[in-house]
Amino acid sequence: MARKLLLEHINVPGINTFDVYRSKGGYAAVEKALKTLSPDDVVEEVKKSGLRGRGGAGFPTGMKWSFLAKPEGVERYLVCNADESEPGTFKDRYLMTYIPHLLIEGMIVASYALGAKTSYIYVRGEMMPQIRILEKAIAEAKNKGFLGKNILGTGYDLELYVQPGGGAYICGEETALLESLEGKRGNPRIKPPFPAIAGLYGCPTVVNNVESIAAVVPIINEGGDEYAKLGIGRSTGTKLISAGGNLRKPGVYEIDLGLPVEEFLYSDEYCGGIANGKRLKAVVAGGSSVPILPANLFLKTINNEPRLMSYESLADGGFVSGTMMGSGGFIAYDEDQCIVRNTWNFARFYHHESCGQCSPCREGTGWMEKVLHRLEYGHGKMSDMDLLVDVAKKIEGNTICPLGDAAAWPVASAIRHFRDEFEWHVTHPNEATTRNFGIAHYADPLPKLEEAAS
Amino acid sequence: MLSVQDTNTPVTFSPELISKFADVVSRYPVGKQKSALLPILHLVQAEFGWTSVPAMDKVAEYLSIQPIEVYEVASFYTMYFLKPQGKYMLEVCRTGPCEIVGASKIMDHIENTLGVKEGDVTPDGLFSWRGVECLAACGFGPVLQIGPEYTFYENLTTESVDKLIGDLKGKANN
Ligand SMILES: Cc1cc2nc3c(=O)[nH]c(=O)nc-3n(C[C@H](O)[C@H](O)[C@H](O)COP(=O)(O)O)c2cc1C
Ligand code: SF4
Ligand code: FES
Repeated sequence: MARKLLLEHINVPGINTFDVYRSKGGYAAVEKALKTLSPDDVVEEVKKSGLRGRGGAGFPTGMKWSFLAKPEGVERYLVCNADESEPGTFKDRYLMTYIPHLLIEGMIVASYALGAKTSYIYVRGEMMPQIRILEKAIAEAKNKGFLGKNILGTGYDLELYVQPGGGAYICGEETALLESLEGKRGNPRIKPPFPAIAGLYGCPTVVNNVESIAAVVPIINEGGDEYAKLGIGRSTGTKLISAGGNLRKPGVYEIDLGLPVEEFLYSDEYCGGIANGKRLKAVVAGGSSVPILPANLFLKTINNEPRLMSYESLADGGFVSGTMMGSGGFIAYDEDQCIVRNTWNFARFYHHESCGQCSPCREGTGWMEKVLHRLEYGHGKMSDMDLLVDVAKKIEGNTICPLGDAAAWPVASAIRHFRDEFEWHVTHPNEATTRNFGIAHYADPLPKLEEAAS
Repeated sequence: MLSVQDTNTPVTFSPELISKFADVVSRYPVGKQKSALLPILHLVQAEFGWTSVPAMDKVAEYLSIQPIEVYEVASFYTMYFLKPQGKYMLEVCRTGPCEIVGASKIMDHIENTLGVKEGDVTPDGLFSWRGVECLAACGFGPVLQIGPEYTFYENLTTESVDKLIGDLKGKANN
């Protein structure tokens, strides 16, 4: 069994309390960092670890930290992104629910490294129970001298606050999040300037995902080099995967990056295969925003190599035959699922969540939703597929924030890989809503490369 | 379309509520009290069941900002109710991963059981329901939540929904 760095103690009774967490070695990273390392040393360890942002974009965390501007006499902020709203992703909520002190500990170490004296955890408003859990954990840590003035007698002061959102997926985008934290509508800002230069209240700010911050704890405890030994290539360390959909054992799993996809999906240690003895039809590997793949292309790359759970392997084949790691929101679709219906559902989601600032996103997501709705309900036309691809292309790259791309990719990829299912909805209008197209050839072994090319 | 229900019912904020507001405001640098807006609107909604115009106006006054700055925020975010809701607002996740494990069936069942359409309130004022987007619990779907504590219910079945509605009715009648 692979080593767990984040979830090792998740099943220990009472691990959500300070005392039990501490008895399992908790807050050792705070002691080590504040007493024996300089802030720059901490940044250096995180750089060495190769940790890449776990919120979706995969940007190297250490590098992001080193970009933070440090003008004299200006506050700097660390803001934790706990907005977790990407469909398919539920790891951050899980971590905050069961082992909240891991996040608090990570926040203290990361704030120290960045020289922040006030830090915020922005939690989506729907997670009121988790907000209470975090507030309690903060109060405990403060009571024990790990937060507040002169932490552990080192002279370092830090206040940590939890901020609720108001219910808006777009506030997961880091500049929309900062707007929201300033008490405004969640409209993403035009970049540059990047938050590292002008973020919260115009001050230099780092925004990091919950899991990225939590990973700092084992990195400091064991050293960046040790962390980097786990994983494969530039995908270092462990990653939380939220596994949902038609699986025998859905849940949150911590994997070593580089685990073969097939093992993750079918072994009893992880997802345990597809529920109810069905066959796998398709997978969304990294949250609703990443391209959907048919089962065969997901399990093997176009070169017939086994696919691995790593940033590089999942992206192998680009958008033609690959996908992305994204936030690690893994959704499995069995043979009974309708890809057209799912694509319509996602398009509806993005239309609902568009903040409305950019016309291509605001209008384009609405068009895609409408066209997909008519396809799903048997009123579509053969030309609709090209129309959808065209709309998706016109959104992509033409918007202020990546929500536009996130809305376009699922639609474009569904049509790329499942076009015959869309066409079937047009040619079988009466059956479109009463029965499903089924699994077709989507799980068949991949053709040899030479055949595929001909 | 978003619309705010008209009401002239004046609101008063109790000293306890005001002290909670003050606690929130203390989290931000001096002059950045507008940051307290979202948390304060949650407190207002928990107290009054929704965010009415008179309540929003008082929040604006408290934070020394323009009323429009409150309205534009309350109408942007999905969690703030601009009209009264049932005492229990059942919010069911309707996004893809929950949908493939049966979210639509749960929403249909709730609609039939309560006898009201999405967004409407039952005649006894006890219930309303609506579909919401992914609640970050996709592996445990279908799921629903009920404010103001946002109590969470996972792996829903029509039976567990019946029991929940029955329990809430019992609780309300006691
Ligand atoms: C529409 C949209 C939604 C996002 N939602 C989240 C989210 O819920 N949580 C998150 O950590 N990052 C989210 N991100 C990514 C953030 O903008 C940002 O890249 C991330 O918080 C950086 O943290 P990391 O480097 O630790 O991953 C989202 C991005 C976009 C464009
Ligand atoms: S791409 Fe969409 S969500 Fe992002 S800023 Fe533009 S309109 Fe808003
Ligand atoms: S899709 Fe329902 S909780 Fe994520």
